[in-house]
Amino acid sequence: MENPILSVRNLVVEIPTRHGILRPVDNVSYDIHAGEILGVVGESGAGKSMTGNAVIGLLTRPAHIKSGEIFLSGQPIHSLQGDALRRLRGKRMGMIFQDPLTSLNPLLTVGEQLTETIMEHLDVSYAQALDRAVAALDEVGIPAARARINSYPHEFSGGMRQRVVIALALCAEPELVIADEPTTALDVSVQAQIIALLKRLCRERGVAVMLVTHDMGVIAEAADRVAVMYAGRLAELGPVRDVILDADHPYTAGLMASTPLASQGQKRLRQIPGSMPRLGQLPTGCAFSPRCEFAQDKCKQDPGPTREACNGRAACWFPLSSNAKQEATQ
Amino acid sequence: MNSIVKVENLDRVFDVSKPWLNRVLERQPKAYLKAVTDVSFEIERNSVYALVGESGSGKSTIGKIVVGLLGKSGGRVEINGVDLETETDSAKVDAVRADIQMIFQDPYASLNPRWRVRDIIAEPVAALGGKTEGLAERLLEQVGLSAADASKFPHEFSGGQRQRICIARALASEPKMIVCDEPTSALDVSVQSQVLNLMSDLREEFGLTYLFISHDLTVVHHMADKIGVLYLGRLVEEAPRDVLFDTPKHPYTKMLFEAAPRMDGFGREVEPPKGEIPDAINPPSGCAFHPRCPLATDLCKREQPQMRRIGDARVACHMVE
Repeated sequence: MENPILSVRNLVVEIPTRHGILRPVDNVSYDIHAGEILGVVGESGAGKSMTGNAVIGLLTRPAHIKSGEIFLSGQPIHSLQGDALRRLRGKRMGMIFQDPLTSLNPLLTVGEQLTETIMEHLDVSYAQALDRAVAALDEVGIPAARARINSYPHEFSGGMRQRVVIALALCAEPELVIADEPTTALDVSVQAQIIALLKRLCRERGVAVMLVTHDMGVIAEAADRVAVMYAGRLAELGPVRDVILDADHPYTAGLMASTPLASQGQKRLRQIPGSMPRLGQLPTGCAFSPRCEFAQDKCKQDPGPTREACNGRAACWFPLSSNAKQEATQ
Repeated sequence: MNSIVKVENLDRVFDVSKPWLNRVLERQPKAYLKAVTDVSFEIERNSVYALVGESGSGKSTIGKIVVGLLGKSGGRVEINGVDLETETDSAKVDAVRADIQMIFQDPYASLNPRWRVRDIIAEPVAALGGKTEGLAERLLEQVGLSAADASKFPHEFSGGQRQRICIARALASEPKMIVCDEPTSALDVSVQSQVLNLMSDLREEFGLTYLFISHDLTVVHHMADKIGVLYLGRLVEEAPRDVLFDTPKHPYTKMLFEAAPRMDGFGREVEPPKGEIPDAINPPSGCAFHPRCPLATDLCKREQPQMRRIGDARVACHMVE
């Protein structure tokens, strides 16, 4: 297999607080290959956005990378600072944020924002940058791009704004795009348009995409592989079909079973008792053990399981056997 | 008839004009946004009626009008045969007000941070001068929290627990009907299932009726008995759950179902829907969906389709047989 575009190894992000050190990302490792969409799912506070921010260097103090390595096409980027990081961001890594209104500058036209980004990263004249900007808007499906390039963000609808944000993330032809909940603020019909667009761009350009979302349906349709996060740790990582239909980790299985599936009708939903622990109050051992019906003594001991230690898809000492799986989903 | 809520030809128009001086200087006419137009439906006792639609379809506006948080511009809303806006007998009005409660979307914004949980939950009863002793404690246990939580403040609870407090507050006045406006949209999946199960249990225990407002089709499919689909302020289709999900008739309903992401849709390539919801201030002529509709004809551009009964469903479309 060719070398991955993004390679994250044992990443640890820490936030020192008055009440001790919190670890919103704890020992996370994964790869994303060219032309691949890696879905990252988890509930709020699971550390999925924090992982994306750490990769693109957008962690805000006091959060910082404590240890671990991040490689972009083989080049270490976890220790880059200042100008070196700025040259990388936008050029080789693009970011799509959740809320398209707050991620665009309301005082600049769409064209100004696009040409600014293009001229910052590529060695082109203004006229060439403008042509590229029009082409970028055209590619993301904005009708009459040449005319709309002088419009301000507020003149676009929500879906069109998110297209502009995607054009902005892609205009310098990055190798990696991090999409943090790109469709959460959008309606279902517009969401389908944006997901189709992301998939097409990923396929045509061979961009590696990290798709952060909490919507399992979006993951199922868009992602090639999926990483499930729980309390800052990677619970399970594998091909999307296997993880959704045949989860190894009890948390993943519970998550799937608690999603109201259209085919399930009005049966009672399966529920996972309790809620995700706060970062300051993590149990020792496996973070999921207090809510896990299969937990045994080994699960509650220090340290919690990692995927490497468990030698499998899931970070679980007792990955679900096929019998347990049937029980868990009934 | 055994219906608890009866909505007839409901209209709601918002005046979104610029201030008077701007209008005069810029020579602009007044601008009106028709949030809800000619919506009629009935909710049977002890059933769950869901309203689905995308943003701007008027689903929350209808919910607020039904509980009386918002006035209407035209039409009738009857709860237990009483129209809150025209009823003059104050005893009847008070009785109906206690009969209908609401659960809001954001449990972080709908609980007063300076009040103790006990006072929050007892408020609907206290406001009508009822006895509140021990009420909050009893309700907290019914929604799966502990009686000791009554003396805590809202910030001590997680999102799912807060939504349980909101449900306890809604139950305090022993209502017959609860309007739930996106009750689980702000919650995580594993917590959402807890809250949905709780709502189903309470419905059976107290014989409640829900008006369930949501944009999430899987949640609606799980909860609702009957579903109304809204588009740009109008009801375009209404049918019992299984009829709607098995044989959607209106092209908008079909588009919505097709576009919704599915858990089993691995690598599914959907033809993404065309266009977006039009501007509600200047809606398209005729059927509001015609610019995006694959079946649209000249008739659709000219004439607004009326609701027609087709089998078990009601559909507002010229082209559907």
